Amino acid sequence: MALSSDRSGRFADLLKGHEDAIVASWTDAVAASLRGRLSQAELYRQASELQRGFQAAFDGGAQDLEDDAAAELRAQLSELSSTRARQGFTANETAVSVFTLKDAVLRVLDEGEGADAAVLREYVAFSSFVDRAGLFTFDSYTRAREELIADQAEQLLELSTPVVKLWEGVVAVPLVGTLDSARAQVVMERLLETLVETGSPYAIIDITGVPAVDTQVAQHILKTVVAARLMGADCIISGIRPQIAQTIVALGIEFGDIATKSSLADALRHVLRMTGDKVAQKPRREG
Amino acid sequence: MTGGAAERVAVATDQDVVRVRQLVRTVAVAVKLSLVDQTKLVTAASELARNTLVYGGGGTVEVTRVDNGRRSGIRIVFADKGPGIPDLDLALTDGYTTGGGLGLGLSGARRLVDEFDIETAVGEGTTISVTKWCR
Repeated sequence: MALSSDRSGRFADLLKGHEDAIVASWTDAVAASLRGRLSQAELYRQASELQRGFQAAFDGGAQDLEDDAAAELRAQLSELSSTRARQGFTANETAVSVFTLKDAVLRVLDEGEGADAAVLREYVAFSSFVDRAGLFTFDSYTRAREELIADQAEQLLELSTPVVKLWEGVVAVPLVGTLDSARAQVVMERLLETLVETGSPYAIIDITGVPAVDTQVAQHILKTVVAARLMGADCIISGIRPQIAQTIVALGIEFGDIATKSSLADALRHVLRMTGDKVAQKPRREG
Repeated sequence: MTGGAAERVAVATDQDVVRVRQLVRTVAVAVKLSLVDQTKLVTAASELARNTLVYGGGGTVEVTRVDNGRRSGIRIVFADKGPGIPDLDLALTDGYTTGGGLGLGLSGARRLVDEFDIETAVGEGTTISVTKWCR
């Protein structure tokens, strides 16, 4: 049920005339649904801002939430949704913050001229407008949550690919989890940057934490090794467990002349031996 | 031969390939495949699911527990309605690729499982069925 323009005008008057009463009763209703997780003062501020948003929309003759006059209101609702999403409220709790406006207005109407048929019809029209606003909140909430998840996925990508300096002239990349194209790209960039920064001639790629090495993973690793070689660094692949070794053989993947070791310790010892480091010369003396 | 309930995963994105891998691993652990066989099967599933996505344009993967009376195992069926494979022998040749990969996915996956069936028709799609038995 769409609003007629004179109706939206009357709603603007109604909201304006009972501003304090509506905001107060709306704040109470929202506070009850959120059970004290936001302060009353904060909710009051939000409610009065939104209330003014609705007022302005109706004042501008908005008949539907999609109207230009309601653009400001839509922005406010999006803002509210994304704040709530980031604060960890549910979609339900967020939408209820808007829906409770109906209760607040109904209470004002009850105290006023009494519920005759005309008032009721107006209320239904107003109610459907608020419903759309509530659903809009729901939508924005979902979008905000999705953005949040995408952000976190990106952060995870960064987190999960550290390049560590293992020894003088030796850097290591411990890979954990799935190595998809996006991550492989990050790994390669990080490794090459670290090689330059530390001036290391050796890099160890440790795949102990990679559950399955398929042709795509192997190809990503091979490309990374070739890129590192182009920069003059030697790469060793470590962490090849028995089941991975057998799978790689069955698949027919060849690592060519790239050195591979079963453990990170072996790889480090291999590098130290090549560089003639004294620690590697007598590896088991104390043992 | 009896089969258990099938679990189906739609493959439309890279994330779905990861889901296929996780599902296959869960079922492989449940039928008590050895660690080596688990890894082989998961790797084969990863290859074939990615083929379904990249060459078949997406499709479905169905994982079923099977039992032939003597041994239990897992059957995985990869189905797509993509362009099909015009020359199967060529596609099964090591090192042959049309997509810039290593060209080992299809042929390698065949070596990783016990039974390998492929049905394909140009313009109609490809269905690959693989089975791995407990030793």
